Amino acid sequence: MDYFAQQLINGLVLGSIYGLIAIGYTMVYGIVGMINFAHGDIFMIGGFIALITFLILVSIGLTAVPVILLLVLLVSMAITSLYGWTIERIAYRPLRHSFRLAPMLSAIGMSFVLTNFSQVAQGARVKPVPPIITGGYTLHEGADGFVVRLSNIQIIVVITTIVLLALFTWLVARTRLGRDMRACEQDQTMASLLGVDVDRTISMTFVIGAALAAVAGMMYLLYYGLVDFFMGFVAGIKAFTAAVLGGIGSLPGAMLGGLLIGLIETLWAAYFSTEYKDVAAFSILIVVLIFLPTGLLGRPEVEKV
Amino acid sequence: MAANASQAKTARGPDAAFILKKAVISALVALVLFSLMIGIRTEAGSDGQLTWWTRFGDLAAMVAVVFGGSIAMELLRRWWGPVDTVRVVPPSAQKVFSFAGRALVPALLIFTFLVPVIFYDERYILDLGILVLTYVMLGWGLNVVVGLAGLLDLGYVAFYAVGAYSYALLATNFGLSFWICLPLAGILAAFFGVLLGFPVLRLRGDYLAIVTLAFGEIIRLVIINWQTLTGGPNGISGIPRPTMFGIPLTPGDDGLATLLRIEFSPTHRIVFLFYLILALALLTNWVTIRLRRLPIGRAWEALREDEVACRALGINTTTTKLTAFATGAMFGGFAGAFFATRQGFISPESFTFHESALVLAIVVLGGMGSQLGVALAALAMIGGFELFRGLEQFRMLVFGGAMVLLMIWRPRGLIGHRAPTVFLERNTAISSDLVKEGHG
Repeated sequence: MDYFAQQLINGLVLGSIYGLIAIGYTMVYGIVGMINFAHGDIFMIGGFIALITFLILVSIGLTAVPVILLLVLLVSMAITSLYGWTIERIAYRPLRHSFRLAPMLSAIGMSFVLTNFSQVAQGARVKPVPPIITGGYTLHEGADGFVVRLSNIQIIVVITTIVLLALFTWLVARTRLGRDMRACEQDQTMASLLGVDVDRTISMTFVIGAALAAVAGMMYLLYYGLVDFFMGFVAGIKAFTAAVLGGIGSLPGAMLGGLLIGLIETLWAAYFSTEYKDVAAFSILIVVLIFLPTGLLGRPEVEKV
Repeated sequence: MAANASQAKTARGPDAAFILKKAVISALVALVLFSLMIGIRTEAGSDGQLTWWTRFGDLAAMVAVVFGGSIAMELLRRWWGPVDTVRVVPPSAQKVFSFAGRALVPALLIFTFLVPVIFYDERYILDLGILVLTYVMLGWGLNVVVGLAGLLDLGYVAFYAVGAYSYALLATNFGLSFWICLPLAGILAAFFGVLLGFPVLRLRGDYLAIVTLAFGEIIRLVIINWQTLTGGPNGISGIPRPTMFGIPLTPGDDGLATLLRIEFSPTHRIVFLFYLILALALLTNWVTIRLRRLPIGRAWEALREDEVACRALGINTTTTKLTAFATGAMFGGFAGAFFATRQGFISPESFTFHESALVLAIVVLGGMGSQLGVALAALAMIGGFELFRGLEQFRMLVFGGAMVLLMIWRPRGLIGHRAPTVFLERNTAISSDLVKEGHG
């Protein structure tokens, strides 16, 4: 039981990170109807920028951990958002009214560009950082000596995710931008006729998605203590799987899917085999889609003839 | 005259300011984007500690490149004019174009047949030719699924892998010859195609994309982890080379060279492999063209255009989709078996998502459904990729960038029109801009 509780905690933390990335996929899909294959690499870039900012801040003599974290978060979000904005501008906007596969291939190309760019710019080797946030709480000590621990970093990851999710839900539901986004999602032509700046709204969607991916990248860096140029691919695929599992286009679905994928992966690794944890996650995706072709919370697509 | 000149000048005045402003903004964006990623370099030292140093020279160079590039792009765009401009081609030139269009296929085919003769001594070109033909074959195979049936498949490499591993395992464990294994590899791959086809029957568009992607990853992960069967990450080595219908291409007494009483040369095998893959690719092409004339091929194309109408007309979408997956997978399996026998060594590294993306890019760039387009796209992509081999680490950067640019330049692919398979009286090609793509 203790072992299970510990795995549950680990799975939820991993799931939170996946969920943050998955939101970026789901938002972009909802509004422009394309798979942003480069999103996983945006997450990787976010991690790298967080790492570099952290190194600079430490070497100029800053020691207060909360200040460092806040600054790293802000810088990473700002620069990564600009990456999201630029990519949309260069690679997706010219193809917006093209046929379905064109923006997707452009996105795959962009993903190769970003992966290789950071490999060339920062080297191929894994970049480790010493643990920044240490300590934690012992929740329960079993009779057999097994300790269920909840570390501070895990608390921070989960709390950040919850806060961002709340903020984001509020943004979509209550603000002008959110209303514009929902309008563009339903009908871009009609929205533009009613005075919604469609281009700007789509750009903002990419910016917000990239900012959330940057947070996820920073959390990944803090939690696992390393980044490398290839981490965007696997994380991106998992997050995309999460978004589809939850029903692509649905925000709560993305979070739910993220948590599920995180849990499946962690529990499978804990009870069965680490080698096949990804196979398990993908297989469950396929099984779910057989019975629910539009994911767990996705709205069924009604096709008019 | 003077008034005209001054008018032109005033028109150019704000223009130059606009171009400059755009370039400055691009440069500023580039400065922020690259400030940390290029301006700072991090590296893990020998003691595991991260160190960093600045590279402001590189950063300045990159920003300058972006600034200059932005100006050049904008000027190029002005010079080229609006994208929608209709360019009138004079009738005489049209005639030349249409003749060139008709002569292109036979010319290309004859040239391909003659490649081993012309470049007999250039091993590099022969190897490159084999590589290009392998991708032509893969492209034609995937074209059945994506181009004809309109089913988006992001995991095509799985069938390539199944074919390669089928041949490698059958040949190394049971000593079966290439010619027995080739159909077996195709059948096994087709079986996997059906296996993938079943769960995705009800899925559409991007759900289909992610499931095929997941399928490709599952196959790769299983190959990596099932070490007792597949050798895991180490792969399988010592895969037997193909024989010319039982006659080995070796210097030994029973070899082809001895039988023909000519001097043995390792090039014989390369030439044989070249014609082998050419035959396989042409087989794929021939079968596809024939299938398009059969009810099943018509059903595929109907499925691509509109699935609902398809069902209303009484086409069984289940069998249509499954046969498309199985046929495409079978050709992938053939190509995989060829790959295994050519390399003599296979490992999971050859079957990553990158390969799937490459083949899909070939199909889309070729114009989705055009056989000639796919062949030309494969030549352009693989040949272009080879040209940049000298750039080593920048190769993928160039490749990805080229993919983005090509998509923006020609989103409909190189040959962007559809030749209808059924027509009334006159056969006219339809510009693919007019064709609505289904959601399958």
